[in-house]
Amino acid sequence: MATAAPHAHDHGHDDAHPEESWVIKYLWSTDHKIIGLQYLFTGMAMAIIGGYFAYAFRMQLAFPGESVPTYGVVSPAQYNAMVTNHGTIMIFWVAMPVLIAAFGNFLIPLMLGCDDMVFPRINRLSYQIFLLSALVLIASFFVPGGGFGGAWTSYPPLSSEAGYSLTPLGSTIWLLAVALEFVAFLLGGINFITTTMNSRAPGMKYTDIPMVVWMIVLASIIFMASVGPLIAGAIMLLFDQNLGTHFFDPTAGGDPLLWQHLFWFFGHPEVYVVLLPAMGIVAEIITTFARKKLFGYKTVLYTAIATGILSFFVWAHHQFVAGIDPRMANLFTATTVLISIPIAEMCFVYIGTLYGGSIRFTTPMLWALAFIFEFLIGGVTGIFLGASGSDIYFHDTYFVLAHFHYTFFPIAIIGTFAALTYWFPKMFGRHLNESLGKIHFWGTVIPFNMIFIPLFILGVGGQHRRIYSYEHFPELFQPWQQDLRVMATVSLLVMLVFQALFLMNFFYSIFKGKKASKNPYNANTLEWLADSPPAHGNFLHLAEMPVVHRGPYEFNHPDRDEDYWPQWLPPEGVSAAPPADPEPAADPEPADESADQDADQDSDQDSDEESAS
Amino acid sequence: MMGKPIATTRTVMGVSTGKLAVWWLIVSEIVIFGGLLASYVMHRIGHPEWAASAAHTDVRIGGLNTMVLLTSSLMAVLAHAAAGRGDGPLAAKRLAVTIGFAVMFLCVKAYEWTTEISHGYTITASGFWQFYYVAAGIHAAHIIAGAIIMGFVMMQARRNHELGRVELIGLYWHFVDLVWIFLFPLLYIAK
Repeated sequence: MATAAPHAHDHGHDDAHPEESWVIKYLWSTDHKIIGLQYLFTGMAMAIIGGYFAYAFRMQLAFPGESVPTYGVVSPAQYNAMVTNHGTIMIFWVAMPVLIAAFGNFLIPLMLGCDDMVFPRINRLSYQIFLLSALVLIASFFVPGGGFGGAWTSYPPLSSEAGYSLTPLGSTIWLLAVALEFVAFLLGGINFITTTMNSRAPGMKYTDIPMVVWMIVLASIIFMASVGPLIAGAIMLLFDQNLGTHFFDPTAGGDPLLWQHLFWFFGHPEVYVVLLPAMGIVAEIITTFARKKLFGYKTVLYTAIATGILSFFVWAHHQFVAGIDPRMANLFTATTVLISIPIAEMCFVYIGTLYGGSIRFTTPMLWALAFIFEFLIGGVTGIFLGASGSDIYFHDTYFVLAHFHYTFFPIAIIGTFAALTYWFPKMFGRHLNESLGKIHFWGTVIPFNMIFIPLFILGVGGQHRRIYSYEHFPELFQPWQQDLRVMATVSLLVMLVFQALFLMNFFYSIFKGKKASKNPYNANTLEWLADSPPAHGNFLHLAEMPVVHRGPYEFNHPDRDEDYWPQWLPPEGVSAAPPADPEPAADPEPADESADQDADQDSDQDSDEESAS
Repeated sequence: MMGKPIATTRTVMGVSTGKLAVWWLIVSEIVIFGGLLASYVMHRIGHPEWAASAAHTDVRIGGLNTMVLLTSSLMAVLAHAAAGRGDGPLAAKRLAVTIGFAVMFLCVKAYEWTTEISHGYTITASGFWQFYYVAAGIHAAHIIAGAIIMGFVMMQARRNHELGRVELIGLYWHFVDLVWIFLFPLLYIAK
């Protein structure tokens, strides 16, 4: 946030909002854009920690027992703790805060034509709880016994019995951090959903909402509907750890499978919680840089909803070898294979959008196309794991690991870079360096494949997960296997070096990049109507709040000379002055009329202030 | 303190943003209690011997608390009615009575738990008792949180401020009440 300070505030008019100190403005802000940036920078900092862990444990696997530069010798307990927290951090403290919270906060009010979220102070609270959760998690690495090492899935009895995990404090603090993080996202999610339902710009129908907003809202709903049982489960696990209850202890009438059900009932929808926002981001970028309308807006929307519903009925495919009834395994195989249909449909729609477009290979476009390509590999390998017959063989091997990295890496890393490079001009008012961006793109995507393709091969060869050193497993310590491990680790090192290049480009461009105009890509959605970067209140300094007249992807419309048609432009022949009444044909919903009046009456603010004080 | 954003005053759905948010909050709470109670019911079916532990719960005290909570919900409805007529002070009084019933509920609960614990039925006593204390405990935490928030709403309503919030806290209160309507038969009556 400190780095963003000089420019995020680079706007001249601040009449409605008196001068505030730096702390109030950047650490205590209720402005959705600042909160979005707070999430973004916190997520990036956590990604560096998670990436460093990956570096340390990959070095141990490639060169077992040798001292890792900047870390030292990795002990078995440290290895477990780093593997566990790498997964925890990358999912809960990188993918979620960046994809959903950072871009959700930054984009939703701008894209809906609002001046802020509906509950700005709850939004601030959401970030503060999230920051606290991150600090609690980091604290858990330094307590006696070390950080929790029972894997991010935290299966009991390993997680519930200190006698097994050997991390009496680490496991409890880890659990508290995750629970706090859930609270933060529940608060944020309520804000996202309510804002989108109730505060759209006048004239904006359901089908005029930009796809990324839809996706973030659907993700928030899926998260909200799936996380509850795990919150209850977390309380039970906390009591098992500290009060001596036996919810998950089979020796005293408990059931460890209960935790697996509660965890995966959340854990699998969670995949779609982070996937959908990335899918939305890609939809925005592909339409803008192919200069084409999204092929099948409603198809994408309905398949996303179908994915969300189906995602609640697939969780037991994580438990095929955990001792569940084989008849249940058949059922969950069917639902799991079924869920690939809507996802494939979405990918087809994006490829269909490219057909016949005038494609511009800008950096964000490269990231968006790479997302589809790499995610398809992750999705297709998932079929082998979703089918119980083959999963029994692949379970807990590196094939699983490579599969979910082929889904999560495109989602959390490629999707984030796509969004960050695309909206960077809007966030900071300046452009990233395009050449450095392309070098960084190839320097990330090629090593990514070089890391995980060897791991697929090792996994099919039977290499089991969560093993500190393969030296004592002669059949897993053949020279060809070790060569593949070294190859994956060296590729990781190369990829990390290129991330330093990105950080240089990122921070240099925040201060010294080429100035960006309001709408540098000639895109259609409402955020491009606001200044770059938008002032506090987004559109408040304009003559009127934006009114929406058409869908978000009207590129190359036959009736128009320019190849884009922004949502906010009134139809041809209508004057640009504020219409006396909103377009009757634009929206049949009567509720919009009152919303329109509200938007026009800025003076109402004063009376609100009086009643609030 | 800045005023409300324009976004907060818009009502595209025809429902106030506050009410929408409370409904979504309730959705998220339903899944929390739903997951917990589903786990309990599945285990209860799998462990017929838990009935022996459940026999030691006191249906009369549970029934009393059910009556207390139902009456408190009635008072919340009456407060809403008063707020609907614009009578803030009366709404505040009725909310105060609701809070009084909440405190009574917690006192009865404290007496009940003290008796049970002194008879050796602690949270680690058996599979049934751990679910009993966790489910009723999470519910009691919701009663405490609801009563505190209701106190803030009451202070505002007394000065005729934010009367819409009387309905919002009422919605939440009915939900907490409804959870107890599920807990009472599952924990007390089912022997």
